[in-house]
Parts: sequence; C-alpha cells; structure tokens
Amino acid sequence: MSEKTVLLDHGSGGLASQQLISDLFLKYLDSPILRSLEDSAILDNQPGRLAFTTDSYVVDPLFFPGGDIGKLAVHGTINDLAMRGARPLCLSLGLILEEGFPLADLEKVIISIAEACNETGTPIVTGDTKVVPRGKADKVFINTSGIGHVDEDIDISSKNAKEGDAIILSGTMGDHGITIMTRRAGISVQGNLLSDTMPLHRLVAILLKELPHGSIHSLRDPTRGGVASTLNEVAENSGLCIEISDEALPVRPEVNAACELLGLEPLYLANEGKCLVVVSGNQADKALEVMRSTPEGKEAAIIGHLIAGKAGRVIINTPVGGARVVMPLHGMPLPRIC
Amino acid sequence: MKYVDEYRDSTLAKPLVDELQRAVTKPLRVMEVCGSHTMAIFRNGLRTILPEGMELVSGPGCPVCVTSASHMDAFIAMADQPGVRVTIFGDLFRVPGTHTSLAIASSRGAKVDIVYSPMDALDLAEKNPGELVIFLGVGFETTTPGIAATILAAKNRNISNFVVFSTQKLMPPPMIALLSDPALKIDGLLCPGHVSSIIGAGAWEPLAKDYNLACVVGGFETADLLKSLILLAKQVGSEEIKVENVYPRAVAWEGNARACKMVDEIFKPTDMDWRGLGNIPLSGLKIRSKYSSFDAEQRLDIDLPKAEEPKGCMCGEILKGLSTPNECPLFDTRCTPANPIGPCMVSSEGTCAAYHKYGRDL
Repeated sequence: MSEKTVLLDHGSGGLASQQLISDLFLKYLDSPILRSLEDSAILDNQPGRLAFTTDSYVVDPLFFPGGDIGKLAVHGTINDLAMRGARPLCLSLGLILEEGFPLADLEKVIISIAEACNETGTPIVTGDTKVVPRGKADKVFINTSGIGHVDEDIDISSKNAKEGDAIILSGTMGDHGITIMTRRAGISVQGNLLSDTMPLHRLVAILLKELPHGSIHSLRDPTRGGVASTLNEVAENSGLCIEISDEALPVRPEVNAACELLGLEPLYLANEGKCLVVVSGNQADKALEVMRSTPEGKEAAIIGHLIAGKAGRVIINTPVGGARVVMPLHGMPLPRIC
Repeated sequence: MKYVDEYRDSTLAKPLVDELQRAVTKPLRVMEVCGSHTMAIFRNGLRTILPEGMELVSGPGCPVCVTSASHMDAFIAMADQPGVRVTIFGDLFRVPGTHTSLAIASSRGAKVDIVYSPMDALDLAEKNPGELVIFLGVGFETTTPGIAATILAAKNRNISNFVVFSTQKLMPPPMIALLSDPALKIDGLLCPGHVSSIIGAGAWEPLAKDYNLACVVGGFETADLLKSLILLAKQVGSEEIKVENVYPRAVAWEGNARACKMVDEIFKPTDMDWRGLGNIPLSGLKIRSKYSSFDAEQRLDIDLPKAEEPKGCMCGEILKGLSTPNECPLFDTRCTPANPIGPCMVSSEGTCAAYHKYGRDL
C-alpha cells in the first residue's frame, strides 16, 4: 500500500477535514480553547498591554539537524514576542499544505509543534488548514501569530538604545543559516552543524527580573540577514553608531569552516535562537553574568558598544587594528565562485 | 580552524603591521589581482592601516566580473530554451546581461540551479535524463580542473545529457595585456593564491622578468596578506625584483601537475572576450574536439550576440585598475548590489561590491 498523503479533500471543510482535525491536530495540540472548535478563540483579559506578532515559515528542507519547520514556527514567533519584553500567552497556527504531502511527515511536524508548545507553555488556541493542488506550494507552509503580555512599565525598543550602551550577543552566530545552506547544497561538513532554533522568552524574563528596571534598552533576534543586518537596524533606529570587535564575535569552528568553503560570512547568516541585548554600559557585566547562567545564553559575549559617530553606521574593528564598515545584507547570500 | 585561525591571530598580525610600516621606503602601487584578495583586504580593514606611500589597486581577478555581456546574454538565451536546465555557481545568478539576468529568467520559469560543484550538475543530469543539463563554466584556472574531472566522469558514467559551456579563462594573458598599457603604473603584483595553486608560483616569472614587476604569491588570511605586502614593499625598495611565494602551504613552485594534465586532456587555449578588456588572444579555454559531445557550443546552436556594455558603467576601467569605484557615476547611485548595473557590483568578489560593502568612510 502506498503511503497516505494529503488530499485536496483534507482542505474541503468536509469529513476529511474533520478527521484531520480530530485525528491529528487535536490529538497532539489539544487545549481547552482549541477543543471548542469555535470560529475564534476568546482570551481572558488581564492588566498590562498586549504584544501581537505574526510570522510565516517556509524552509527547505523541512527537517534539518537541530530542528524542523514546526519548531521554527513556534520558537520564531515566541522570540518575536520576547524581543519586546512580552511573556508569550498563546499562538495561532495556519497551515498551507501541498496536495500529496505525506501525512506521516505532517504528523512529524505537528508533533514537533506540540513539543515546542508544551515546552514553552504556549498553547495553540486557534488554527486553519488549506490544501492547494500539487505544485502550487512546496510541501507545507506555516504561519503562526502570537499574543504576549507586556508589563505596564516595560519599554523595550531599538530607538531606546543610548550612547555608551553595551551590545551582548547571546551565543554563536550563523548556526541555523549555515546548517540550512549546507543541507540544501548537499555538503557535509565535519563537526555536526546544528540549527540553533530555541525559544528565548525565559532568557528575557530572567534578564528583566535580575537587572535594574530600565537598564535593558533593546532586544533583537538576528534572524534573516544575520547579526550584521540587525545591528544596522539598531544603529539606524537609535541614530547612533555601533562599534563591534571582530575578535569578540562568537562563532563555532565548524560554522567558520563551512563559511570559508562557501565564501559566506557568519555575520550575515540567520540565527533562530539568539538575541542581541542592548544594555546600559554600567550593567553590561551583570547582564552577561545573568545570561551566561542560562542554557540559552551560556556562550554570550559582549560584542560591542553604541558610540557617538555617523548615525546608522556599524563599524567592526579587525584584529590587525584596522576597521571597516559593516553593511546590511543585500539580496540572498550567494556562495562564490572559487 | 587549522591553517586558518593561526593566520588570523592578532598576536601574530600586529608585529607584521609594524614591519609593513618599516618596509615601505618608496612609494609603491600594488595590484591585487584576485577578487578574494580584494575582499580579504577589506574584511581585515587593511586599507585603513596601510603605510603612507603604499597604494592598492584591484585587478581583473573576479571571474563573474570579466564575463562579457554577450556571454551572459547567451547563457540566458540557453536557460530560456525548453528542455534545458542551466547550472551555475551562485555568483552568476544576478549578473545582468544586456536586458535581463538569470535570476529574472528563473523567475519567469527557466530552470536555473545553483550548484557548488560541477559534479552536482552531473548528478542533476543523471537524475533528469529528459533534460539537457548545461554547466556554465565561468572561472579561472582554479575551477577548470574540477570541470575537466566532471567531463571525464560524464564520459565514464555514460551520461550524454550533460554539457559544459566553457568561458573558462586564464589569468596570465590579461595581466600581460594590462601591463602593456602604459597608463597602468604598478610596481608590484599580489599574485592570486588559488590560481597559483594550480599553475604554480613559477608561472609569474615572465611578469617579474619582462615587466620588472615585483611578484608575491600570497594567501588570504590576515598574516598572509601582511607578509605579502611586506615582501612586495621590500622588493620595490631594494629593487631586487623576483617572484616570491609566501603561500607554500597551498602553492608549489611548479603547481599541480596532475590537475594541469587533466585540464590539458580536455581543454585547449582559445581567444576569449573579457568584459572591459576586450578580446585577448589565447586567454580562454575551449573543449577539445575529442570531447565535443560534452561541449555546449558544439552540441547547440549558440549565437553570441553583439552586446553593449551598460552606458556610464566603468567596470572596464575598474577591472584594469585604472579607476576606483568611487569615480564611477553609477556607483552607489543607480548601481547597488540590490540592483547591479555592472558585474563588479554583483559578484561577492567584485571590486565595486567590496567598496560598497566595506569601503565607506568610518
């Protein structure tokens, strides 16, 4: 018997759709609100403000060392909430499935989503599934939106970055981006490249709790475009100049090796479990200590500072005592001809 | 990372920076031929710490940049044909031809695959027997042995739907053409490390002898670059001109004989069009008739249309080391990496891309 696959019927809204919901989605993602299967989720109100974000996930391959599209879809949206100082409350899940996508793979993705939701305590409370004819989408596309709760006195934004602030990177650069690129290229690099996909809300919560109120000015997760592009956004939004040190940038040796091979720079590769913390200069050491005490931030490093200078500029100091400008990424990173 | 990190070590590099300051006793202009050198010099911030009197100019050593617009147009025309899958190294994707690029052709439905090795293209041919898979050979001596090996593998594996369109180029002929131009005043050459690993450091000897040009074959890490510049300054200062090799961990004096033999089995020298430099005799490689079934030019009716370089674009002058990107009216205005007009902006190794990415005032 051939393997079971997604059929156009699964998106019809009829019996096949109901079966998919009960046999797969509710089986793994069950929560009281989702189970009611109403047209929208009703959430209890609480004092404070809400953070609301959305992100779509298209990745090839769907399953890669260190994670899969399901984990990404949960972690990515949780991290977007966390970067404003929000505690994630719940997520929505929208799936666009290609006709012919193996149901076994869909189940693997849903199980992965469920694991990430359970692990982070963030339930899926509403969802939707559509099926498109073969060739009209690539296997599965996922959208998740997230709602988080922000305490009244929290104001985290890159426009708050100030001269003298330190910039801390929570761990090594480029792990996710290079893992996907080498998988796509079929290049095996020794040293086991792994995506770094992970949720960062706990790291953020500990930072906000342990540091004096108001000392964390900005939090950003350097996903697509990498640390280079995100730093440029912070410099642009704050109207300041950023100076970083080449030697301070944490990069795994195997990531460096793969980058050398493909002519890529770790500064421009995507991360899915890292954040840049902009913190008052006088609290930088404390913030670093707090971050290093967590599993998410154990390899954190102070990589640079905000300084007066050309607004929007990012400068990197090189080991020989030289310096150069760091520009944001243009277009997709393309491997070079050697 | 072995053979990389130790050459980036700042404790090793800083004394070399001081030594470079002392080594420059006379003004000198050095051309770094290779695009990877241009990028490495910028990445290391070396331009900001060069001693007074030392000037670096970039040369024609970026394979994408010197690909003529008529070749690009032919590539795109091939990709648009039904039943054809074109395979390329990534840099070529966004390079503009006269009207369009492979990226735009791909968005319209042409099959364009980015591969990391010509062997990947051969595997694609094996997996897609109904298609003709064309590998676009755009590169210097460094990439030619891999293409030669792939053609031999295609023959051994009896894969008949794989062909190569060779615009492979040789590095010494354009250098000789450039040096014959009295407008280009250079005292020293930072010779390309990767190319030299194939053709050998000795290949640069005629340039040192005939043109009294200081030649140093160098690697790409911080200490490699500094050591190369020091030796170039010392040669010019002492007027003892010769070829020196400071990249012996990759480059032998006589090169890689096995690779050269394989290249010679498959390819023979031919006249070649270079963007910005025009047609240079015996500066390219074509597939020998013995292997004509793997030669796109012999299998397909390829028309090389006359193409004009974009108006106002100074890539030609920049490739010759006669101008810098800042002197081009299009640089960073109409021509940016997101919307490149000239090829020097699109390749990650291109001089304009390097200036755009790294070369701004701090």
